[in-house]
Amino acid sequence: MSQQDDSPLVEIRGLRFARGDRMIFDGIDIDIPRGKVTAIMGPSGTGKTTLLKLIGGQLRPQEGTIRVDGEEVTRLSRSKLYALRKRMGLLFQSGALLTDLDVYENVAFPLREHTKLPEPMIRDLVLMKLQAVGLRGARRLMPSELSGGMARRVAMARAIALDPMMMMYDEPFTGQDPISMGVLVKLIRTLNDALGLSSIVVSHDVQETAAISDYIYLLSGGKVVGQGSPDELGRSDSEWAQQFLQGLPDGPVPFHYAAPDYAEDLLHGHEARRR
Amino acid sequence: MMHSRSVEIWVGLFAAAGLAALFMLALQVSNLSLVSDDVGYDVTARFENIGSLKVRSPVSMAGVRVGRVSAINFDSRSFEAVVTMHISSKFDQLPADTSANIFTAGLLGEQYVGLEPGGDEAVLEQGSEIMLTQSALVLEQLIGQFLFSKASEGEEK
Amino acid sequence: MLDRLQQLGATTLQVFERLGRAHILFYYILVGIPSVILRPRLLAAQLFSVGVLSLLIIVVSGFFVGMVLGLQGYNLLKDYGTASSLGIMVALTLVREMGPVVTALLFAGRAGSALTAEIGLMKATEQLSGMEMMAVDPIKRVLTPRFLAGFISMPLLAAIFSAVGVMGGYFVGVGLLGVDEGAYWANMQYRVDLYDDVFNGVIKSVVFGIAVTWIAIFEGYDATPTSEGVSRATTRTVVHSSLAVLGLNFILTALMFGDN
Repeated sequence: MSQQDDSPLVEIRGLRFARGDRMIFDGIDIDIPRGKVTAIMGPSGTGKTTLLKLIGGQLRPQEGTIRVDGEEVTRLSRSKLYALRKRMGLLFQSGALLTDLDVYENVAFPLREHTKLPEPMIRDLVLMKLQAVGLRGARRLMPSELSGGMARRVAMARAIALDPMMMMYDEPFTGQDPISMGVLVKLIRTLNDALGLSSIVVSHDVQETAAISDYIYLLSGGKVVGQGSPDELGRSDSEWAQQFLQGLPDGPVPFHYAAPDYAEDLLHGHEARRR
Repeated sequence: MMHSRSVEIWVGLFAAAGLAALFMLALQVSNLSLVSDDVGYDVTARFENIGSLKVRSPVSMAGVRVGRVSAINFDSRSFEAVVTMHISSKFDQLPADTSANIFTAGLLGEQYVGLEPGGDEAVLEQGSEIMLTQSALVLEQLIGQFLFSKASEGEEK
Repeated sequence: MLDRLQQLGATTLQVFERLGRAHILFYYILVGIPSVILRPRLLAAQLFSVGVLSLLIIVVSGFFVGMVLGLQGYNLLKDYGTASSLGIMVALTLVREMGPVVTALLFAGRAGSALTAEIGLMKATEQLSGMEMMAVDPIKRVLTPRFLAGFISMPLLAAIFSAVGVMGGYFVGVGLLGVDEGAYWANMQYRVDLYDDVFNGVIKSVVFGIAVTWIAIFEGYDATPTSEGVSRATTRTVVHSSLAVLGLNFILTALMFGDN
């Protein structure tokens, strides 16, 4: 690591990002510490995936700064940005495996693109990465033959192929059966510790995420509404945090979408329509 | 890559077939043999009327194509058409007193320059001018002459 | 009335915006060419899927079109006693017009739609975005090889189409209808010009190849990343590139053969 270990790996300050008229982030500050698993949680549609794309430099914010390992992502030239991305791994929700290549070639892809390693060495590296996610035996399968969980594990192996400094996981648990969910939870934690990574997990699966993360940010309505270790958050007296963590149907986030008064609507709605 | 060898073989076959087709179009379908022979020589000829002769019209002798028309200009002093012909270097033994006529292929076909050999020892070279020329037959003129002569025949009787 | 006008304005602006994006993409595709030339294997894989896989339909249609030209040409020409110039008619029709145009239309349907669908799906399944995050430029890695493959394949396919078509005309004219074999070839060679006809036909096919591949790649890359968006983009590719080919063909024909 180029900087001292106690400075945060990712430092987001005053981030504002809007898509069209819709404000997605309204001035948020987030620090991602090195060597830890940090979770970013919030209801669907709060732009958690957008946050990862902002960190990866795929989107540019309207305002604010994003520093990754001391470099200002928003102002990097294309070539510097690409150099930085080689040190980041992003795991897409779908896995984003290249469908015309088999598992082995998918994992070999970044090595072939960015290095001139001889074939035997690429083979060794690919098998090591596949072994780490437990799919060495599946190397000749095509992505269409993999289950969702396996596809994500292959994508993980591919993301760590270049030995990045950080990993970002976009909704890694969505739509998984309990077993593959357990596998993914364990993998995120062990990879982080074994490879000395820093991980960012974006998720709304409370239990699984809380189990592996060291620190949690809660996002809602474009703001950070709560942060702390899983225990601290569990004891927090924020009504919103309690509703989200316990999955209550009604609370600060109302059950009903904003609407005119119910009785009023039923009784006089047709008159309003006639006018 | 899967089956990268067979992919490459197929691509090789594809490229070979495509190039072969291009060669066939060049050699079998068109007249590459003459045109590629660019190292020929130019001769000029003056005609009173070239009819519908065009640049690239064929130039032939005894029915064999020996070259093509490369330029048509107008001499504004003598009011004649100056036709430049490019003759392939294979045919470098044409007598200097060769004559040039403008013929029509078939009744309504396109017009071409037909060369008739003379008996001179000297041969045509780059820049020579063919002195003996006969203009294109213009159908309207022919018909006009025919009608005129018929009319005068009638008067004599 | 004002609403209509506004709608028209908005549509016009959208069209120009898309045109602009298409040109920017074209520029980036061209910039990527050197890096693809350094990796011929990428190109080979695309030449296979764009060129080799289109071969069968091109050969079969070329042969049939040639046979029809032989048949129709014979019936027409024999009334004027010039069945011996059948070869000229078949060859000129194929080399100047049918070869490049029909090949380009088939190419748009076969390879163009496949390109759009493939690129659109790669976008919809985040594969392109994933490459970007692996610091691999998807334009250089995915789009440029496909563009080059289309650019190289089209003239070859058109040449194959014309050559096979001439054979088809020979098969019907000489083989079945009894046109003199010597006359078929000799008249053809006498009248068909390497530069005026063959060479101009090749230029046409190169232009069509660029147009069709460019449209196909742009539609795929610009597609709305959903399955519906991709299927609409695929349809647009076939429609737009067919129209582009026919329109360009008119312009090119006017430029090449207009003042002959």
